[in-house]
Amino acid sequence: MEAITKVRPHQTQNEALLFEKSSPGKRGYMLPPLDVPAVNAAALLGDAHRKASGELPELSEIEIIRHFTRLSTWNYAIDLGMYPLGSCTMKYNPRVNEWVARIEGLADAHPYRPVALAQGILEIIDNLQRCLIEITGMDAITLQPAAGAHGEFTGILLVRAWHESQGNARKKILIPDSAHGTNPATAAICGYTVENLKSNSEGGIDLEALARQVDEETAALMLTNPSTIGVFESRIAEIAEILHAKGALLYMDGANMNALVGKARPGDFGVDVMHLNLHKTFSTPHGGGGPGSGPVACKAFLEPFLPTPILTQDENGARCWNYDRPQSVGRVRAFYGNVGMFIRALAYILANGPEGLRQTTEDAVLNANYIRKKLEDVYELPYKTASMHEVVFSDKRQAARGVKTGEIAKRLIDYGFHPYTVSFPMIVQGALMIEPTESESLEELDLFIAAMRAIAREVEETPELVKTAPHSTRVSKLDEVQAARKPVLRWRPSKN
Amino acid sequence: MRYLPKSPAEREAMLAEIGAASIDDLFAVIPAEDRLNRDLDVPRAQAESEIIDYFRAAGRKNATNYASFLGAGCYRHYRPVIIDSLVQRGEFLTSYTPYQAEITQGTLQAIFEFQTMIAELTGMDVANASMYDGSTGAAEAVMMAVRVTGRHKAVVAATVHPEYREVLATYTKHQGLPETLISYDRETGRIDLVALAEQVTEETAAVLVQSPNFFGVIEDIPAIAEIAHAKGALLIVSIAEAVSLGVVRPPAEADIVSLEAQSFGVALSYGGPFCGVLATKEQFVRQMPGRLVGQTVDGNGNRGFVLTLSTREQHIRRENATSNICTNQALVALMATIFLSVYGKEGIRELAEHNLAKASYAAQTLSSQPGAKLRFTGGPRFNEFVLQTEESPAVWSQRLLDAKIVGGIDLSRWYPEMQNCTLWCATEVISRANIDTAARVLTANPVEA
Repeated sequence: MEAITKVRPHQTQNEALLFEKSSPGKRGYMLPPLDVPAVNAAALLGDAHRKASGELPELSEIEIIRHFTRLSTWNYAIDLGMYPLGSCTMKYNPRVNEWVARIEGLADAHPYRPVALAQGILEIIDNLQRCLIEITGMDAITLQPAAGAHGEFTGILLVRAWHESQGNARKKILIPDSAHGTNPATAAICGYTVENLKSNSEGGIDLEALARQVDEETAALMLTNPSTIGVFESRIAEIAEILHAKGALLYMDGANMNALVGKARPGDFGVDVMHLNLHKTFSTPHGGGGPGSGPVACKAFLEPFLPTPILTQDENGARCWNYDRPQSVGRVRAFYGNVGMFIRALAYILANGPEGLRQTTEDAVLNANYIRKKLEDVYELPYKTASMHEVVFSDKRQAARGVKTGEIAKRLIDYGFHPYTVSFPMIVQGALMIEPTESESLEELDLFIAAMRAIAREVEETPELVKTAPHSTRVSKLDEVQAARKPVLRWRPSKN
Repeated sequence: MRYLPKSPAEREAMLAEIGAASIDDLFAVIPAEDRLNRDLDVPRAQAESEIIDYFRAAGRKNATNYASFLGAGCYRHYRPVIIDSLVQRGEFLTSYTPYQAEITQGTLQAIFEFQTMIAELTGMDVANASMYDGSTGAAEAVMMAVRVTGRHKAVVAATVHPEYREVLATYTKHQGLPETLISYDRETGRIDLVALAEQVTEETAAVLVQSPNFFGVIEDIPAIAEIAHAKGALLIVSIAEAVSLGVVRPPAEADIVSLEAQSFGVALSYGGPFCGVLATKEQFVRQMPGRLVGQTVDGNGNRGFVLTLSTREQHIRRENATSNICTNQALVALMATIFLSVYGKEGIRELAEHNLAKASYAAQTLSSQPGAKLRFTGGPRFNEFVLQTEESPAVWSQRLLDAKIVGGIDLSRWYPEMQNCTLWCATEVISRANIDTAARVLTANPVEA
């Protein structure tokens, strides 16, 4: 076993559930004195009065601070080190973004306040929309979707509405076998059948198969570009032509937009509609699984179908919302979307400017290619095509020694890194999907490479060490089978 | 660029290692005609101080020093300081969805606590890890009911938030799922139970109501449940004002509760990010969309938590998943969990009672002005009420704005029959002085202004 130099174990505090620490009479709050007459809730509400309170914990402020601080120390995070989850774009989340999102006048703006009192926030939304339209090379945008999958839903609804306006909604959506699971799930909830498109020997779109499969009942192709193996579809213009010749549209999943910003624009290579993930490309924090934001950008011919309302200007130049959109697909969310994320994304764009955005993309691609170069002699590279912002290896050589990608990933934890994305995309047997992002220094990359090489040696010499990893975490491998078989999804007071 | 940790020399060294002559070599795979050969037309790079100036100026363009009586699905409550202290810890803020359980126990335990609190408050058995918001949560709940019952019709109360209903219509349009709208009783503001009983049939998958409803009136959930269940339909109760659960009886007869948890310590932020969450009975959990955290043990018998029942989800089931939802609102759910820890069992009741008192006083004070009256006095209310005025809201609302008060929202925007009716909300942060001033200005002689 190699000496691990990046990390040393340190103590973490044990911490029970909030409910187990609760004690009647403890308080973490104080309300100001009531300046209106108190009311008799039971009398006012009658049958609707709540008799038994919910079993919420009763704790003091210091205990709450310690509780959540202790829990936080059990998490790995970008702020601690490299988080190379492929397709997730775990980049640095600038702190000024958090600061400006909490500015008075922005954070406390009610969505129904008169627009005359909301011009500042509408200006922010307008500016972000303009920036994202420019970055994508599209013509129009909605910021309403709350996450990437929600953006996909919105985008496919636009596709459907446009086809309906042409007289036929059509029946199917083509989806490559390398796609994110959200793509087929989205097509299904939009009322389409999913037709699988098999990848070619390079992991990309097989143009001949595509030409065979596209017909007058094909509504769209949902394409991730660069693909989930981190490869740019160099024949993208032809792909778009094949689709357009049959009246089908090209939908782009923008999950991998971090490879393109400032270098190429989907609107320039034939994409009709796409979503962005502000929590990937535009640095808004992942927060342990959200909130995200999934704007949808489209070409002009799809603009009439965008969700209501859309931002516009009145005759005096004041910004306002337009609800009069007879062809709209309708609303996909109450109010206007995850506005707090818009503020953060715009702050990120402003901090970068045009040069910074381009340099960011270049560094992301440089980092992925550096890792590829430094690991391709020890991990199998199933597709030799040029990598963009992420590189996908296979565990073929390690699996031959009985060690799988998921086990290598767990061992990486002992070396002080978050695992890469495991077993995805499914077109790669035992995939190791590595996306470093631009946020990693050469020093951190070299440590990661050293760790991956050390694990490859361990697979040869001491495979059990890898297969039983992680060895350094608070909890060892958790029993997921038991969790699913007899689900315990909440704490319950013990009966005594 | 201050976020990029590389020197020019390091970039050169890395390119040399890769064997590329220049960075452009790495982009050669993009056809020349598809490449962008100019700068993006976005604002120039700005210093941190400039960014702060820009957003501060934008914040000032939004009026800040107004008292507000706006509610309607978005509620201003006091947010304890420790919420932002804790959620800004990088370990929570900059962590991904907790798929790697060994190094995300912090997020997982916090979500487990969230699920427990939501189940306790709503009277349901289990809750999920969150949905985008109350509107999409309600739509997902209806689709869940379709899966549970195998039926394909929905019955929806007209008193559900109009924007929630719009979202539901968008979601169900392509599911072959017709909706029947049930009107409200003109006296009580509650759903018309007679019409409901007529419309719910053996083909109804779900009855969707909101309580407190869009007019602030608490629905008779046991009666509605009886009608729905008599025909084998599920009852979905949407709750937009989560603080109501401190003092209002939980909808225990419901099969699914769709809660918008924004009131639990989440900033208004012009409408998002908020925090939807679904709660349900144990027997329906496998049809529930969204992530779920479950308790288990590790190899040494230590308690730990994992994402579980993921065979419902899109990354496993693809087009057969219960929903396409992936990223949800985890950090916002953490805010709600901290908020509920601060208030606790007693505090949430006391907070809700303060809301009840403020709204009660506001309703009484405003409606006792000449030319103003309270609508829907027949049903119990929480912190919102409908005021009808002789004068058009367009006229008096300007008067209120001049006095730095944002009055109630005009309901005729959604309900054409409700001319001169406005929806007011008074939470614990509204002062008696604000209410008294609003009442005075509401009926003040316009000539004065």
